[in-house]
Amino acid sequence: MTDLSLWAKAEQIAQVLRQQGAVAIDTDVLQPADFLLDLYGEDIRARAYVTSDPLRGDLMLRPDYTVPISRAFLDSGEKEARYSYVGTVFRRQESDLNRANEYIQVGYERFGDRNEPEAEADVFCSIREALDHPNLSVQTGDIQILTTAVQGLRTTPERRAALMRHIWRPRRFRSLLEKYAGLKPATNQGQARLSEEIPFIGLRQRQEVQARLDILQRETKTEPISKIELDLLKEITQLKDTYSNVLSVLRDFAVDLPHLTDAIDTIERRLDALSKRGINTDELIFEGSFGRTSMEYYDGFVFGFSLRTKMASLQVASGGRYNALLRQLGAVGNHGAVGGVIRPALLQQAKEEQE
Amino acid sequence: MSLKLGIPSKGRLMEKTFEWFNNRGMAFRKIGSDREYAAEIGGINGVELVLLSASEIPRELAAGRIHLGITGTDLVHEKMVNWPSKIEALEELGFGYANLIIAVPTCWVDVDTLDDFDAVCAAFRKNHGFRLRIATKYHRLTREFLRDAGVADYQIVDSQGATEGTVKNQTAEAIADITTSGQTLKANHLKILKDGLILKSQATLFSLHRGSIDEADRPIYDEFLAKLDNPK
Repeated sequence: MTDLSLWAKAEQIAQVLRQQGAVAIDTDVLQPADFLLDLYGEDIRARAYVTSDPLRGDLMLRPDYTVPISRAFLDSGEKEARYSYVGTVFRRQESDLNRANEYIQVGYERFGDRNEPEAEADVFCSIREALDHPNLSVQTGDIQILTTAVQGLRTTPERRAALMRHIWRPRRFRSLLEKYAGLKPATNQGQARLSEEIPFIGLRQRQEVQARLDILQRETKTEPISKIELDLLKEITQLKDTYSNVLSVLRDFAVDLPHLTDAIDTIERRLDALSKRGINTDELIFEGSFGRTSMEYYDGFVFGFSLRTKMASLQVASGGRYNALLRQLGAVGNHGAVGGVIRPALLQQAKEEQE
Repeated sequence: MSLKLGIPSKGRLMEKTFEWFNNRGMAFRKIGSDREYAAEIGGINGVELVLLSASEIPRELAAGRIHLGITGTDLVHEKMVNWPSKIEALEELGFGYANLIIAVPTCWVDVDTLDDFDAVCAAFRKNHGFRLRIATKYHRLTREFLRDAGVADYQIVDSQGATEGTVKNQTAEAIADITTSGQTLKANHLKILKDGLILKSQATLFSLHRGSIDEADRPIYDEFLAKLDNPK
């Protein structure tokens, strides 16, 4: 059922974003399925409606705005842009009938900055102003702390790459880490031999199998990741404290993981930028794992706004930096992207459940 | 008033089903010509048999067009989301055993477990420029299993039959399929991942919850249940 008051509310929110200088933009509802599938993997097929026609093949009902808007920006050839949008996204539900399969999103996407903390502060504050609610609880984090820590590990490039690949899958990440730290025995030591008798079938070639056997053998001779580094990573993912406490902890960590220094500087500059926009940063909390499971391509600042009701805590808005997505979409050079999204229906629900 | 019981319409599964009910004092009998899909049940009044393809039974149960049905666990888990909220498993019948597994080419001597498989998925995508393809008709079960295992960089391609041949034909790199003895896998140069068991399946008698059956039919339902409790 179309709820007219909800659309009115969404328009009103978008109006605030446009007043900040964002240009209104829209995208196609039907998006190329192959493209999104290649980008997100099989999980998107569980979350998005797929349809088709005999000419264009498989298409998906827009599961989010970030990807099509990012592509539109890259196609435009512009150096920078700020967009806002209002519209419906579609999410297939496989287990819970009570979760919406179609809902309005209002969003703000900002392209072209070079990791400027001012851009992050702008998106954070604009979304906050658009929400215009006195009881918002705020969550923040920075994926870059974890990724820089991983990139600074004293181990092989293969191991670092394997860990980076699973940053957004916390369980798999931990299990890999424990294996590399020697806490779990390696089950496969690459002892198998390729014999001529085994028929080779499929696209994966003999030399690919041999290359992996070589890697597995090298693995057995690789020094385990140190206990110190293992503990540091664990502590980073469990961080949850005020920024002043988190920063002092991170500075201690940087003694063993000097790579962290740049990421710490970034956080400090972001806090300055937020203060300048009138945010009381003493009240903000940093969470080491926030945003890790929400979107694979968030790779820096991440934030969420929630409202507590009698029933639950509803995340009414979220966002962050997604330079990695832009790179994956073929951006050349030093393009940055930050964005945030608001769900008016959840705002409404929070209001109803509070009364 | 009557209850509808859906049973597999063909082959060994149908014969074994007949035998199973016969042992519980309910003799099944095909009626009409050999080719006609019709049968009746003895030893109880008010139960009507509906002969269906095993793969359609979950859908018919979900729609409430039949009250009871015999089919494989694999089909119910794949086709009915939240199945325990709609139906319950009354009895496992002890036949129609099959395992849904993930298999890869035997020549992948570097791969024993899901851990290896995930690493191969990453390398394959890098080398070939697309996600490693898994052929299956069990899309949902496979996807959920691999998600829980944290396997990434794969894609599912649909295969409704002769799935074991897809690797050789280079339309997939791995498969997720039902196997009983493993002979077909072996003949197609495939091996099962050590931790690649997605689901153990067997023929099972499913039923709507008693509460969703018309009050008038509940005495028949209770009589039916009582008979199940007394096998020969």
